[in-house]
Amino acid sequence: MMKRILLLLSVLLFASVDAVAVGGGIVIDGSTTVGPIAKSFAAYFKNRYAVPVTVSESGSGNGAKGLINGTCDIASMSRAMKGREIAAAATKGVNPVAHTIALDGIAIVVHPSNPVAGLTRAQIASIYEGRITSWKGVGGPNARIVVIQRESNSGTQGSFGELVMGKGVQITRNAETQASNGAVKNRVSSTPGAIGFLGMGFVDRSVKVIGVNGVRPSLSAIRNGSYPVSRPLYMYTNGQPTGVVKQFIDLAGTVEGKRIVGELGFIAQ
Amino acid sequence: MTEEVKNDGQRSSAFVVSPQKRKMQKLAKNAGETLLLGIASFVAIVVLFIFYFVAVDAIPYFQLRGFTEFFTSTGWYPAGEPGEFGALAIIYGSAMVTFGSALLAVPMGIAAAVCLSDILPFSVRQYAKPIIEMLAAIPSVAFGFFALVILAPLLQSNGGPLLMWTWWVLAAPFLLLAVIVAADLLSARFAREENRRKMALLLQSLFGILAVLVLYVVGTKLNAIEIITGTNALNVSIILSFMALPTIVSVAEDALQSVGRELREGSYALGATRAETLLKTVLPAASSGILAAVILGIMRALGETMVVWMASGNSSHIPDPWFNYLEAVRTLTATIAGDMGEADQVTGSARYHVLFAMGLLLLVISFFSNLVSERIVVRQRKILSGQ
Repeated sequence: MMKRILLLLSVLLFASVDAVAVGGGIVIDGSTTVGPIAKSFAAYFKNRYAVPVTVSESGSGNGAKGLINGTCDIASMSRAMKGREIAAAATKGVNPVAHTIALDGIAIVVHPSNPVAGLTRAQIASIYEGRITSWKGVGGPNARIVVIQRESNSGTQGSFGELVMGKGVQITRNAETQASNGAVKNRVSSTPGAIGFLGMGFVDRSVKVIGVNGVRPSLSAIRNGSYPVSRPLYMYTNGQPTGVVKQFIDLAGTVEGKRIVGELGFIAQ
Repeated sequence: MTEEVKNDGQRSSAFVVSPQKRKMQKLAKNAGETLLLGIASFVAIVVLFIFYFVAVDAIPYFQLRGFTEFFTSTGWYPAGEPGEFGALAIIYGSAMVTFGSALLAVPMGIAAAVCLSDILPFSVRQYAKPIIEMLAAIPSVAFGFFALVILAPLLQSNGGPLLMWTWWVLAAPFLLLAVIVAADLLSARFAREENRRKMALLLQSLFGILAVLVLYVVGTKLNAIEIITGTNALNVSIILSFMALPTIVSVAEDALQSVGRELREGSYALGATRAETLLKTVLPAASSGILAAVILGIMRALGETMVVWMASGNSSHIPDPWFNYLEAVRTLTATIAGDMGEADQVTGSARYHVLFAMGLLLLVISFFSNLVSERIVVRQRKILSGQ
């Protein structure tokens, strides 16, 4: 009996594996930041075109490696490919083509009563490192700064770490941790000394957005790259995409795709 | 087996049960017993399984990183490269919040239990107890929402005055009692009635002025405090104490009730007043039950996750100074809830296993506390049944 069940199971398993191969699904690997977009696109795509899409999140570097070695169709990356990676791709006959699918902008927010209108990127990094602990140190009132961050799994936290703190610089232990963009907004809007960061999609009038390096985060400033705490999010393909891969990449330009990107707190192209 | 004998006896006189029916009855009895035994042992096995699976995932952490860092370092950077897994500040945060809530909930809970069992008339008690127990039915996320959205901003905007008024309301009656008792005790040394009365009046006014001074000075000190962040250990302690209250009140009140009329009436018969009966007879007799109530309440506070995750601020540091309840802290439960990332589950990394190590620590603590409270309850039952 047991044997028969096992047999049946293995047959089913192989059958399903075959189905994937025959259906010509899309395999995506790469950035954890782009992950939510890739997953949402995949869910939508599966529903709409019945094409299976597999999304892995092993990091931008591994995504690039996957594309070069031919283990994935699309490499999702939160940075542009490095010259070294493009050279490696050339030796394998792979021609990586970048498609910007969304923009990732992080707004630095403070309490509406805070007179500070802007900070430099270095000042923000110092505050989050715990080297500046009073608003007086950055031209504000003599009040302690309440530093608010996101939990370690958050993509926004990861982006903030890379764009503002730089590699290997850790955020102070005194920083408070909140579980979501909404919770950060709530804390900042109710705490006079607070500083926090939000995905651009979550900013509203209950908090004050400050400029970074003299640039305020607007859609145009993020699109033209002058706002420093922002970056384009890419999907790389081998050569110009065709067939279902092209359909998938083109999703970013459609109304539905833009809606998904916006809902996830990113900015549509 | 004895039942069968009885059945045989009955068969001859009142009515006859056919062999088939008897067989069916026996079968049903066995089936019912097996089912109940199965359910009971299933519950026990679930507990064992939880212990086992948490331990299985916790041990790899200690194999990977050893014990020293986990218990002695305060650096908690699980996502760092390389990661740091010092849980000392987090363990301390759990202890701090649990202690703070116990400090608020235990006196309040015991006082409420005494009031319910010995002071309020039965008709009021009938309604008051279910209402207090209803606190336990409020979902913890509702408590957390209240803490985050209402209490935290309130502490930030009006923290000082709030602390001052709380101090006045709580301390004034206690100080009043203390003044009267102290004056009475000291003046009792005088032999002559007239002297004693004069001395009592003098001491009462003297102590009274002193008490008012203490109330005022501490009050103004508290009033001057500015709370920078409302999501702090104090906020969580307050909320957790409310969550622990129904457990403490309910169990402690049961313990006080089980003391029985005889002891109380015996005490009254010996000429004791109601206060003396309560303090010297009823409370000592119910002490182990009350202790069990306290431990259960504390466990409730230690294990609570949602409220601390929402309202403790979650900064993994030991407050400066160490008793500063006005700073944000991070607890074991909140860390497990917050850091349980999907991405790391497959990799078997220290970052994944460290959360199970924390869970195991919590399990062990609550297991031992439950064991202790169980022992205490058993002991009390023995004492009350006359050794």
